[in-house]
Amino acid sequence: MSNAVRCTNLFKQYPGKPPVDAVNGLDLTVEEGECFGLLGPNGAGKTTTVEILEGLLPATRGEVEILGRRWGERDREIRQRIGISLQETKLPEKLTVREVVTLFRSFYDRGPSPLEVLRLISLEEKAGAWVKRLSGGQRQRLAVACALVGSPELLFLDEPTTGLDPQSRRQLWDILAQFRRTGRSILLTTHYMDEAERLCDRVAIVDHGRVIACDTPRRLISALGGQHVIEFALGSNGHAELCEPSVFEPLPSVCSARRDGEHLALTVDEPHVALPALLAKLDEQGSELASLTTRHASLEDVFVKLTGRHLTDDRNQ
Amino acid sequence: MSDVREAIEREDEVRRGQSALDDKRSTYRAPHPLLLIALTRMREFYREPEAIFWVYGFPIIMAVALGIAFRNRPQETIHAVVVEGPAASLVAEAIGDSSSPQEGRQSANSESPHSFTPTAPPKGEMGIARPAFHVEIVSMAEARRQLRTGKVAIAIVPRGSATGAPRWSNLDVEYLYDPTRPDAAAARAAVDEVLQRAAGRRQVVPTRETAFSEPGGRYIDFLIPGLLAASLMGGGLWGIGFVTVDLRVRNLLKRFVTTPMKRWHFLSGLILSRFAFMVTEVVVLFVFARLAFGVVVMGSWLLVILLILLGAWTFAGVGLLVACRAKTLEMASGLMNLVLLPMWIFSGIFFSSERFPDFAQPFIKALPLTPLIDALRAVMIDGAGLASVAGDMGLLLAWGVVSFVLALRWFRWY
Repeated sequence: MSNAVRCTNLFKQYPGKPPVDAVNGLDLTVEEGECFGLLGPNGAGKTTTVEILEGLLPATRGEVEILGRRWGERDREIRQRIGISLQETKLPEKLTVREVVTLFRSFYDRGPSPLEVLRLISLEEKAGAWVKRLSGGQRQRLAVACALVGSPELLFLDEPTTGLDPQSRRQLWDILAQFRRTGRSILLTTHYMDEAERLCDRVAIVDHGRVIACDTPRRLISALGGQHVIEFALGSNGHAELCEPSVFEPLPSVCSARRDGEHLALTVDEPHVALPALLAKLDEQGSELASLTTRHASLEDVFVKLTGRHLTDDRNQ
Repeated sequence: MSDVREAIEREDEVRRGQSALDDKRSTYRAPHPLLLIALTRMREFYREPEAIFWVYGFPIIMAVALGIAFRNRPQETIHAVVVEGPAASLVAEAIGDSSSPQEGRQSANSESPHSFTPTAPPKGEMGIARPAFHVEIVSMAEARRQLRTGKVAIAIVPRGSATGAPRWSNLDVEYLYDPTRPDAAAARAAVDEVLQRAAGRRQVVPTRETAFSEPGGRYIDFLIPGLLAASLMGGGLWGIGFVTVDLRVRNLLKRFVTTPMKRWHFLSGLILSRFAFMVTEVVVLFVFARLAFGVVVMGSWLLVILLILLGAWTFAGVGLLVACRAKTLEMASGLMNLVLLPMWIFSGIFFSSERFPDFAQPFIKALPLTPLIDALRAVMIDGAGLASVAGDMGLLLAWGVVSFVLALRWFRWY
């Protein structure tokens, strides 16, 4: 039984002064039928990794196997079996949707008809419209359609929903979910934790060209210790010592505490136990609460815990 | 209720999706990728009105403008002044009479083949124009001023005897003109002829004149092959080179490479589309040249077509070579102009490249546009055969082969 994707000890160095190590000893395996996510901030090396896996970039070092084959020998046979959606492709503006899909379909030996693909991505009624006239979400669906025309066993998607509105993202997720049901594999990159949680069977968290954690989203989150996060900020009369996260760690049900900009974040098992204790503690110190929220722990929290940085926001630097 | 319907619709969609991705079910047969690539390129082009103008409209506008500017005109009126003096009116009248053709005189004199009576060219035909004069009698100072400013080509200073009525027999005439100006030299000859004849000189040898303005000998006949070659060059460089860089910039080349597309399908498709555009371009130019200027092909049409195909192919290769590494449209435009400009100037689109000095000739002859223009002219104007343009064709072919080989070796897909 072969894996859809297997890569071991992958390195990619871009020449420069100093040279840039975009990928730095990366291992990953995508099982057949699995949806696998590479989650990481911009510049983590996700795109470089994916382009090496797609056979577009040579690796400096390391082994890559796609559907049990290596790049460099009869590449067209591999390409017949995979579908790729690049991060940024400007499809010809003055072609109709059907013309674009027909063109891409003609490159593959087998696969559904262009109309069937359009039906699959719900762009049938736009078949005669110029690409120019499509919304961002429709364009992205069309880009994915161009990756689906060959009925691929393995689909590569690089940041498929970046820049899309929530509704368009959900539509695209539905399309990918349909694709999954046919038992095929997906490897996608994203810097949206909700996308990874929702779509992926397993997620590899990538930072500085390395996989720093790899598991199912559920297990990654439960490795935090608690399933919930309490975030709060103190009013201006807050005591200096209260700003130390360690003050809150002894509270019941609290697994960890950390500082997050203006806020303090506690990872807790049971909010209904931790909250009264927290309020009592603040009361005792005479501190006022400026804000307080509770939510489920997410992959974002996992990333923050592992790296001390956020996935998407500007506090990265 | 709507939730239920939505759920059903979604379930439906899922089933359709799965069946769409089931390979065994699909009986769809895709058209050949090479054809689709060419068709795609053509659709993109024809949906871009500006591009159509530059490719089809521009050569025609150029042909019209230059055809009009350099059309064969009837000879212009010669402007002359006679400096005042006793014999001034005698001289002025002699010249003036010769240029005021009256119906009666014209028909009377036109019998004689060596008559110098000016006749207006018959309407609608480029005839031989006899010089027409515009004469005024002015002071010496005024004559010099008009000469200096180029208002007149020649000033005539008649000097006669101070006494008695001026007669040809006691007259001598001085011409003031700039002999380095062709129109002034012509004016001098014409004026002299009129005056000598007025004074009684007779033709010694009878002469006859026949208008020579056959298709093939005019400037427009010379120009059309040049414009044709220039349009093949421009079309190849922009139509292949620029389009390739544009596809690269838009990441589409990279996107194509991620599919099982055969690379030669892509390149051949691009060249196929270029040939399709070229056919329209060439036909439009030929039809226009024929209808507007009566330009004809003296040599073999087959050879002309062969030259056009060879030229289009060669410049497609040059275009591909120029575009093979460029990563931005700006860089591509710069390179295109760098390649186009020397050929626009030196290869003889508008005038013969032989006019450049001898030491530049080897360089000029080696440019790919020069042999194309030379060969097209030879066949279209002189009716040359295959043997006499074989050398030019060989040089073109060499340019094409070298360009394609290098372009494919260095080509950057992404």
